[in-house]
Amino acid sequence: MKTYENTGNIDTRSGFGAGLEELGNSNPDVVALCADLTGSLKMDAFKDQHPDRFFQVGIAEANMMGIAAGMTIGGKIPFTGTFANFSTGRVYDQIRQSIAYSGKNVKICASHAGLTLGEDGATHQILEDLGLMKMLPGMTVINTCDFNQTKAATIAIAEHQGPVYLRFGRPKVANFTPENQSFEIGKAVKLQDGNDVTIVAIGHLVWEALEAAKALNEKGISAEVINIHTIKPLDEEAIVASAKKTGCIVTAEEHNFLGGLGESVARTLAQYQPTPQEFVATQDTFGESGTPAQLMEKYGLNSAAIVEKVIKVIARK
Amino acid sequence: MTTSSNLQDFVTQVRRDILRQVHKVNSGHPGGSLGCAEFFSVLFKEVLETKADFNMNGEDEDLFFLSNGHISPVYYSVLARSGYFPVEELNTFRHINSRLQGHPTTHEGLPGVRIASGSLGQGMSVAIGAALTKKLNKDEHLVYSLHGDGELQEGQNWEAIMYAAGKKVDNLIATVDYNGQQIDGSTDDVLPMGDLKAKFEAFGWLVLEEDNGNDIDAVRNILSKAKSKTGQGQPVVILLKTVMGNGVDFMMHTHAWHGKAPNDEQLEIGLNQNPETLGDY
Repeated sequence: MKTYENTGNIDTRSGFGAGLEELGNSNPDVVALCADLTGSLKMDAFKDQHPDRFFQVGIAEANMMGIAAGMTIGGKIPFTGTFANFSTGRVYDQIRQSIAYSGKNVKICASHAGLTLGEDGATHQILEDLGLMKMLPGMTVINTCDFNQTKAATIAIAEHQGPVYLRFGRPKVANFTPENQSFEIGKAVKLQDGNDVTIVAIGHLVWEALEAAKALNEKGISAEVINIHTIKPLDEEAIVASAKKTGCIVTAEEHNFLGGLGESVARTLAQYQPTPQEFVATQDTFGESGTPAQLMEKYGLNSAAIVEKVIKVIARK
Repeated sequence: MTTSSNLQDFVTQVRRDILRQVHKVNSGHPGGSLGCAEFFSVLFKEVLETKADFNMNGEDEDLFFLSNGHISPVYYSVLARSGYFPVEELNTFRHINSRLQGHPTTHEGLPGVRIASGSLGQGMSVAIGAALTKKLNKDEHLVYSLHGDGELQEGQNWEAIMYAAGKKVDNLIATVDYNGQQIDGSTDDVLPMGDLKAKFEAFGWLVLEEDNGNDIDAVRNILSKAKSKTGQGQPVVILLKTVMGNGVDFMMHTHAWHGKAPNDEQLEIGLNQNPETLGDY
């Protein structure tokens, strides 16, 4: 089994901030827009270094999405920054018509996604955003797992022509993927080779999947772990190949089981490689206030929950 | 410059195009389209500084955004007759496999269109974004936009109106098609909007009013005046009073023809009131 070292807990939103800062210096076409959450999105460095390319729009997310769409006309690459809830549900029609249908090169960057936003509670804990965004034709949807990967993804999406939804989060979590990695949209990263089960994870659940694999190894179960990171376009080849090898699969995400990664994987398998699957995800529910760790435990989104689902799915083979 | 008399011929032909487009497919929005025929004609034939070949990025040229996308018949007619695409293509309006969708879109690659519109209230934000990019690019050309008056009931407009004034977006000329009508009735009946001039001014815009939005000279003058007011730290809005259905007597002064096509007999009457000038497609 490969071992992964946590080089220190740090938030994925800081990875976004670091990536944006680097883009500010390397790509003069990159502009950033924020709806009164500059500090929360870690956009301060870009703002301070490139005040002429930073646009504070105030608490007006619909306007922000429209302005971003308009700014592409003339060659700018706008990165919008606000919480995931206000980046998607609040502005769905603006994204649909002015960005997705209009084919605009806007990068929608969304922090504080999912339950791990914590104490603010369900009004802010969106668990439906991946479903909303993956339904939009032409939209690329990414949910990164740690600081290093988020930074790399932020830099990579500037080179991609077309709208992108990049989802990341608030809590300090393990940082374990390589520093200065190159990020390939739609290309799965296999973290562990295994034979008995495949675990496909995104976001904060990737580290939990690695922890689960260790625990399973001690029980004599060999788990393959895939850091899928891109929900759309989905790396179907990697999923099908792994499912063929292991014969069962668990998906893990900080999102509703309706509309998320799990359903995309299930659709792929139903079409190409019917395989027993279990879902680590929220069960069509809203969240609530609590610490991130309390919430992830209560809603079954941690390594223990993954282990449980693995045992269940292996029994179904 | 085009003279009023031959621009009137252009406007008359545009009216015919509007009626014939919506009649053929028995759907679409003739009322607002007819009301804006003079505005579009003056804007595209005399005001907009554009390049010969359409380019999505629109650098070093003026830009126009239509926010109230349902008046696509007038937009398509004027684009076609300004050379953006063959006039014959108006035959395909709202048909399957057409670039002339019910509401304008970039999705089918129609030259002249830089944003999809139809779901109301989004165009001003887009126009502001394009204007900000022009400033970043040190491009001194202007951004024009058109909005329905009823459309101002959408809240996003007021976010955009606040932003444009607060951030001094002074390379933008927004025009409101102030015809006082919307689908369900007059704007006063559906949702009174009060004093639009005072509202825009309170947000910090420079407001120009024109009561004769269906008079070519008046439209020409107000657009010229608006242009002279740009670059002075304020966005500019023209409240352009128009008559919905203008130029076809039975369609005028009512919301009834907002989204309804004429039948064969009504088409004949409308066309007789607007004799062919530049040649039907």
